[in-house]
Amino acid sequence: MTKINIPTPLRQYADKQPTVEVKAGTVAEALSGLVSRHPDLRRHLYTDEGKLRSFVNVYLNDEDVRYLQKEATVIKDSDTISIVPSIAGGW
Amino acid sequence: MASTTQVKPMEAALSNDEILRYSRHLIMPEVGMEGQQKLKAARVLCVGAGGLGSPLALYLGAAGVGTLGIVDFDVVDYTNLQRQIIHTTADVGRKKLDSAAEKLKAINPFLNIRKFETRLSSDNALELFRDFDIIADGTDNFPTRYLVNDACVLTGKPNVYGSIFRFEGQASVFATKDGPCYRCLYSEPPPPGLVPSCAEGGVLGILPGLVGVIQATEVIKLILGKGEPLIGRLLLIDALGMRFRELKLRKNPDCPACGTHRTVTKLIDYNEFCGIRGEEKPMEAGVPEIQVEELKRRLDAGENLFVLDVREPHEYQICHLSGHLIPLGDLPKRVHELDSSREIVAHCRSGIRSAKAVTFLQQAGFKKVHNLAGGILAWADRVDPKMAKY
Repeated sequence: MTKINIPTPLRQYADKQPTVEVKAGTVAEALSGLVSRHPDLRRHLYTDEGKLRSFVNVYLNDEDVRYLQKEATVIKDSDTISIVPSIAGGW
Repeated sequence: MASTTQVKPMEAALSNDEILRYSRHLIMPEVGMEGQQKLKAARVLCVGAGGLGSPLALYLGAAGVGTLGIVDFDVVDYTNLQRQIIHTTADVGRKKLDSAAEKLKAINPFLNIRKFETRLSSDNALELFRDFDIIADGTDNFPTRYLVNDACVLTGKPNVYGSIFRFEGQASVFATKDGPCYRCLYSEPPPPGLVPSCAEGGVLGILPGLVGVIQATEVIKLILGKGEPLIGRLLLIDALGMRFRELKLRKNPDCPACGTHRTVTKLIDYNEFCGIRGEEKPMEAGVPEIQVEELKRRLDAGENLFVLDVREPHEYQICHLSGHLIPLGDLPKRVHELDSSREIVAHCRSGIRSAKAVTFLQQAGFKKVHNLAGGILAWADRVDPKMAKY
């Protein structure tokens, strides 16, 4: 199972869980498995056209998937996917 | 790595009082006399004297950063004191700028503090940044984050970045000569309303301390030219799990601000860029409202009103109007608990979430729903002064 780290702002759409485990062969399959289990996450991760939103970055271990094979990147069970959205708080 | 400041040793010579003050730095080979003089010659601009800016400015001031600029236009209020440790209870109502400068001077009278009582904007950012070597971003909203980044890229100043939400923080150093910038990480901001702010989502008071001190550490390292700065790395701080993780950041060749074919050649309208137009009240507009005085009168008259509280259970514990509690996020799956034939008044803390609830209920076919204007805060202000405000 591949572990997906859910960031704090999105946990409310994933039954408040910090991590979700999915069985998948690629990053795209893993994310699709995630949103099929937690449908409320979909609009926060994808645009209406089904593209990953530009303020949500997806990392495979410590590498941005944009610099790998994007969502087609092949994953192993031991991998960790992190969803890293932009946050702006400071005051 | 090379130091970012050019020391003029004569100007930055230390007096005997300063030598005594900085002795724990001076006996460390990584700082020493040369490093301490670099700190004294350095000019750092802190954007914001709030949660991140408080620890940042306090530590930079104590460490002997010679010139500290602070940009802030805000006034200290009670809700700040849980985390903005540069301000005290006695400062409530004062300008944050005056309160911060006073504390910094008390810690280190050798500091040259420059106060800028203004909102950082596209009109003043480049000019403000010009007189400083390093910019530390302690702001709290997306438009200013992009503004600080672009102004740093345009002026060639490093952007020491930190941001926080609830228990989670991010830190990095952007816009150095060969490193990535904030837009390499996030080319576009989220649409308004999708990502909650600290005012809406809350923040653990200690978290800006952790993240602000990481920013201060990076500023000092950049000045000294020592160690490995957080360039090309995004540090994720999870205070709840107490885990620090590090992600690789790359300079994006297609970055609109610092890439090969730049399109950001001057500062733009960042509110427009972030989709914010005029007053930020897109959701509530056009929703039927009821004022707190009218609700009070009608409840006292025994009218058959159904009060729906769409806040979270932990907020209900602080204060409530004995309403039926369904958190906004649960409303779609619990809508069957509501009777559409009854008149419903929805409320939250300030009226924003309940406006969304009213819009949702209208779309679900409810005809008699009102939003309590100003939420339970307005009730506490105008109907029941004994009620706790938060």
